[in-house]
Amino acid sequence: MIVYSMLIYGLINSAILALMALGFNLAFGISGVANFAYGAIYIVGGFITWTLISTLNIPYAISAISAIIIMGVFGALIYKFIIKRIRGLVMSEVIATFGISIVLLELLRYVGLIGFKYSLPVFIEGSVEILGAFVDIQRLLIIGLMVLIIIALYLFTHYTKTGLAFRGIAQEEHTSLSLGINPDRIASLSMGIGSALGTFAAIVILPLGTITVDSGYDVLISALSVCIVGGLGSTFGVIIASFIIGYAQTITAMYLAPHWTMLVSLLAILIILAVKPSGLLGHQKELEERV
Amino acid sequence: MKENYRKERIARSIKARSDDIYALTSYREMWYLLFPRVIPIIGIALVAYFLPLYWKKVIITTCIFAMLAVSWDFLSNCGLLSLGQALFFGIGSYAAGSLDHYLHLPVYVTIPVATIMGGFISTIILLPVVRLRGIYFAMVTLILPLMLMRLIEATKILGGTEGITGLSPFPNVWVEITLILAAMWASLFGLRRFIASDYGLIFVSMRDNDRATMASGINIYAFKAQSLFIGSSICAFCGAFMTHSYQFTGMPVFAMEFSILPIAAASIGGIGTLAGPLVGAMILVPLSEILREFGTLRIVFYGLILVVCVVALPEGIFHYASRKYNEMERWVKIE
Amino acid sequence: MALLEVQGITKAFGGVKALDDVSVRVEENTLLGIIGPNGSGKTTLVNTITGFVRPDTGSVLFKGKDVIGLPPYRITNMGIGRAFQMVKPFFHLPAFKNIIVPLSSPRVRASSGGRFGDKDAVALDVLEEVGFERDSSVPYKAASVLPHGYLKRLELARLLALKSEIFILDELFSGLSIAEVTSIIPIIEKILLDGKTVIMVEHRLKELFRIANKVIVLNYGKKIKEGLPKEILEDEEVKKAYLGVEV
Ligand SMILES: Nc1ncnc2c1ncn2[C@@H]1O[C@H](COP(=O)(O)OP(=O)(O)OP(=O)(O)O)[C@@H](O)[C@H]1O
Ligand SMILES: [Mg+2]
Repeated sequence: MIVYSMLIYGLINSAILALMALGFNLAFGISGVANFAYGAIYIVGGFITWTLISTLNIPYAISAISAIIIMGVFGALIYKFIIKRIRGLVMSEVIATFGISIVLLELLRYVGLIGFKYSLPVFIEGSVEILGAFVDIQRLLIIGLMVLIIIALYLFTHYTKTGLAFRGIAQEEHTSLSLGINPDRIASLSMGIGSALGTFAAIVILPLGTITVDSGYDVLISALSVCIVGGLGSTFGVIIASFIIGYAQTITAMYLAPHWTMLVSLLAILIILAVKPSGLLGHQKELEERV
Repeated sequence: MKENYRKERIARSIKARSDDIYALTSYREMWYLLFPRVIPIIGIALVAYFLPLYWKKVIITTCIFAMLAVSWDFLSNCGLLSLGQALFFGIGSYAAGSLDHYLHLPVYVTIPVATIMGGFISTIILLPVVRLRGIYFAMVTLILPLMLMRLIEATKILGGTEGITGLSPFPNVWVEITLILAAMWASLFGLRRFIASDYGLIFVSMRDNDRATMASGINIYAFKAQSLFIGSSICAFCGAFMTHSYQFTGMPVFAMEFSILPIAAASIGGIGTLAGPLVGAMILVPLSEILREFGTLRIVFYGLILVVCVVALPEGIFHYASRKYNEMERWVKIE
Repeated sequence: MALLEVQGITKAFGGVKALDDVSVRVEENTLLGIIGPNGSGKTTLVNTITGFVRPDTGSVLFKGKDVIGLPPYRITNMGIGRAFQMVKPFFHLPAFKNIIVPLSSPRVRASSGGRFGDKDAVALDVLEEVGFERDSSVPYKAASVLPHGYLKRLELARLLALKSEIFILDELFSGLSIAEVTSIIPIIEKILLDGKTVIMVEHRLKELFRIANKVIVLNYGKKIKEGLPKEILEDEEVKKAYLGVEV
């Protein structure tokens, strides 16, 4: 009994982590920019959806799609107007995106984003019984959508022209340049898609709780933890890490106590840093970049 | 035809000026060198000793943030980009708090011990990360303080969410002020001298290019560990000091503010000079005290500073001022 | 026994075989040239010897000791110095301070009996050897404002400061004018006269062939030819690999 629900809930938790981390990881893998504003984008995306639904009475689906588009454009604009000017200066990139994150989140806190009314509706009400465990349909949807997103990403990067250009830039920037791929366009596109993915994750996951400012920081932390454990820039690594951390968290929450879950990621990070600092499937080998 | 002008810059040279020997030929030259160093020291001391108690406390906080900013800049000079000064600060604070609370050690023991201990613990925790380049260090330092907060919350160790209260204070406020002022100036001038020395040069070279440092036969991991120890010890000192100043340590010592404000101060003041971040902190902290009524909007303001300074004004106040001070500028016509 | 023996090095980056079973012997006090078209794995070979890349298989014996797996700074301290193809100076530091860093390495410290004289003076001496005019302002300028030619010389100066036994020069001549190359060649000849060993990766074949004792040719990660410069010049396979490149 308990084992079944552990299996199911662990799967859901892993899917949530993977959804949170994929956008961050995609943008990093392609543009090389670590978007520390990712958690803020997640929350702002959720907040925009909420605003559209609750104050303008726009239907859910349309609100969600608009929010995804808005935040996607926003991410691309961050690249165009801010990152592009400081491209290559890692320190400046980190500080600037971190600054954006603080501005967005603390502004939301200032205008008073707190309380139960700030929550998104679930897609489909109700729950089903699976192997004796009752599971909300929303949670099952999360699993399905995660699988869908992964398949979509795979198809996109392997079969579309833009996607191939993405992989080209990620693997071999100079050669791609000579093939006429514009790295700035690709990078801003990847930041846009990363942000859109973040918003998508928010819209899918936020109905399980309320929209709070602090969860913006939590999402960033979760995404970073998963990426550190899985290996920055490696989609497959991120998925594996999501499952490891996701199941470990679920088990901890069931057999210890829920407030211990955050420590699981801490422990995972400390172990991976001690054993294999570049992450499970890290591209960034310690020394092996071009010299 | 339109006339074009360009700005010509001429260094105000002192006759014989080498690395660390100044052959001074007149009082004027001596003042030229001493003025920018002595005036701030005296000025801040005057303010600190003669203003009312409330502002004394503000000065103390300012000095603490200034030291955090100087330490941040030192680390960034060594190629380590820290987004979590709060980590080092918090470890130092908890170390001092525990030494006082559990071992009943006096203030003049807890602070030095916590300083060394804090530096040591931080270095050990982060040692694996310095092997990785780029943003890993930033990511891990951002995450760790927030997670340590959770750790304390969940395990209820070290006072849990309540923190540890009733710690021993400094004998009096004069001791407190003298100590923090001395520590601040010592860390600033000490570090500035250090990175100009032959040994310190190796640290700075790592920021420019750690591959080339390695190809020069230098064990960069050992040096990064050393710089981590120096940088985090300074923060740990600040944490220990603050603990005794407020007679309290608790989860708030890992708060984001301790990480963000030093970076904002450094970005405003000018990254890479060590003195710049101190100037930045001297401006930002009192300013945010004045803006206290705006509450969390202050943090929005810090965030804006980060973005604007880094993108649009990368030079910073200190670079600008020292350029104006050390160089004469004039417009000359382009033929 | 050869001074340096590279045995059966293979290295793949993802699907690309950058090196495929490459072996080469470098005798003491000789100049080995490594040539090959772009992307043929020359820099990767240098990286494996100096510890920046860990090969999938194979070994690199320096004075009979395997150096594979050692970190680059250990290998440097053993006496294998390398100049980077993409120059890597410390941009914020003045040129002569750039040399202080290698002068602080354990290797130099040991050879000077654990004591230093005035490092600045030694650094200026070394820079003078590679053509920084001592009495001018050039050695005191920040590396960020130095022209390309000087940065290449700075790379060479680092190896001199380290008192390396093997100088690995990765495309030292690229981007230099003929006059600059002519002025650097005597420096390399002097290094050889001092009994040191030199490995040069070059695209400037004419200049290389004049001073090389032995040349190996890489193509798609494979060593396709090894021999005296004039044998290489006449080889059909090499010509084919270099099609379009004037030899
Ligand atoms: N760190 C790396 N990661 C992935 N691929 C790499 C890496 N380093 C080299 N390669 C690939 O290995 C092959 C050999 O590269 P290498 O730099 O050794 O060539 P080279 O002979 O030095 O070329 P050039 O004359 O242009 O300097 C190339 O296809 C290159 O793309
Ligand atoms: Mg090469």
